[in-house]
Amino acid sequence: MFEQVVIAVFIIVGAAFACAGLGLSWLLSPTKPTEGKGLTYECGVKPIGRPWVRFRPGYFVFAILYTIFDIKIIFLFPWAVATGYLITGWFIIIEMIIFATILLAGLAYAWKEGALSWH
Amino acid sequence: MNAWLQAILWVLMIIVVMLVNGSLIIYMLRKVLGAAHLRIGPQELGPAGIFQLIPDIIKLLTKEDRHPTHSDKWLYILAPIIIFLPILVAFGFLPFGYHMVAADVNIGLLMMLAFIALVPLGVFAAGWASHNKYSLIGAVRSIGAAITYEIPLLLSVIPVVIMAGSLNLSEIVLAQADSIWFIIPALPSAIIFLICAQMETNQAPFDMTEAEGELVAGFSTEYSAMRFGFIFLAEFAGNFVLAGLAVTLFLGGWTLPGIDPAAMGIFAPIVFVIKTYAVIFLFMMLRGNFSRFRVDKLAQMGWKRMIPFTLVWIIVFAIGFRGFQLVQPSVGPFLNSLLGGG
Repeated sequence: MFEQVVIAVFIIVGAAFACAGLGLSWLLSPTKPTEGKGLTYECGVKPIGRPWVRFRPGYFVFAILYTIFDIKIIFLFPWAVATGYLITGWFIIIEMIIFATILLAGLAYAWKEGALSWH
Repeated sequence: MNAWLQAILWVLMIIVVMLVNGSLIIYMLRKVLGAAHLRIGPQELGPAGIFQLIPDIIKLLTKEDRHPTHSDKWLYILAPIIIFLPILVAFGFLPFGYHMVAADVNIGLLMMLAFIALVPLGVFAAGWASHNKYSLIGAVRSIGAAITYEIPLLLSVIPVVIMAGSLNLSEIVLAQADSIWFIIPALPSAIIFLICAQMETNQAPFDMTEAEGELVAGFSTEYSAMRFGFIFLAEFAGNFVLAGLAVTLFLGGWTLPGIDPAAMGIFAPIVFVIKTYAVIFLFMMLRGNFSRFRVDKLAQMGWKRMIPFTLVWIIVFAIGFRGFQLVQPSVGPFLNSLLGGG
């Protein structure tokens, strides 16, 4: 129970500290907005067009692979905790080799299909 | 009630640590990076420029807090706090000494990595909300970097978990006090961890999100005054957290070889901080000595080199570890935890 309290307190006090810092800056600093100050930085000229356009990030397939792998990797943590104990024997190691081989095979397939190239 | 008070004391102490750490790292950056670039760094205020920080803070506090007219106002205001909070919480899991840890969670390592992984979301929010093309590119790149380093980072800690038999950071430290520093059997993991930590903290050679030469200042272009201050306070704290995690996992944490952990007392945090700053110094040397990666090359390196390598290394390590254990049954999760002591 104590740990959850600590995390909650960290978030609440941290947010309060951040607000206090920003508030102090707001109290101390001048506010004289002009049209020019409201423009975004674009090498000194007026920005042309909006930045919120359709944007192709180039790593879409990586992102999908990442989601899959990230979930699979979580299964390795309980395995790793158990593996340290000798009593779990060789069985757990062989299990892990099968699991990792499936992961590697998946990665190799994605690689062969060209998913690992930046478009 | 006592728990709340203790938690509040912890968080206040960690905020102080963050502020002191921020000022130390700024000074180190200017001097160490300066020396790496054959510059002198600050030298006017105080001996060797140590008081340069004071006018910097005054400037941050009193500068006009402009914000772009067309920005997504609330997201723009919230983004620095979103970047700042996960790093602050991640501090709570770092063991500074014997029973000196704010939240001694059984899955501390996993929790810590989870909170650190939230930072790119704040970076993305900052870049998106700024309504600036450079910021947007920086923001999109930060997600691109995140999907590259997260998996090798998670994979690189697995040999440590195998050796310690626990995800509790305090127990990982004690396991190293009982045997050897985990960097010796798991050196490849330590190297991968170091590279991923460098990416995680957005430092050169992996600073595509800022990339001063191409993107002005990347996601933080439109941020000024105290908002900028918070983004960089969080960034420097992130340096400390990642370096502290590297020390905890690989360099024995707050213990020293040959000294009883329970007898370390007040020296434990001192040892921990010295080791952490040694790792931060290493980060800075990497930062000063390598040129920036191209953003697509980074993904290639992560997916075609680091992930297959770490997976194969885990298999090799597990086989070697079990083989060694058969020869020497005392190796492995230290006996205390088997006996229920911990």
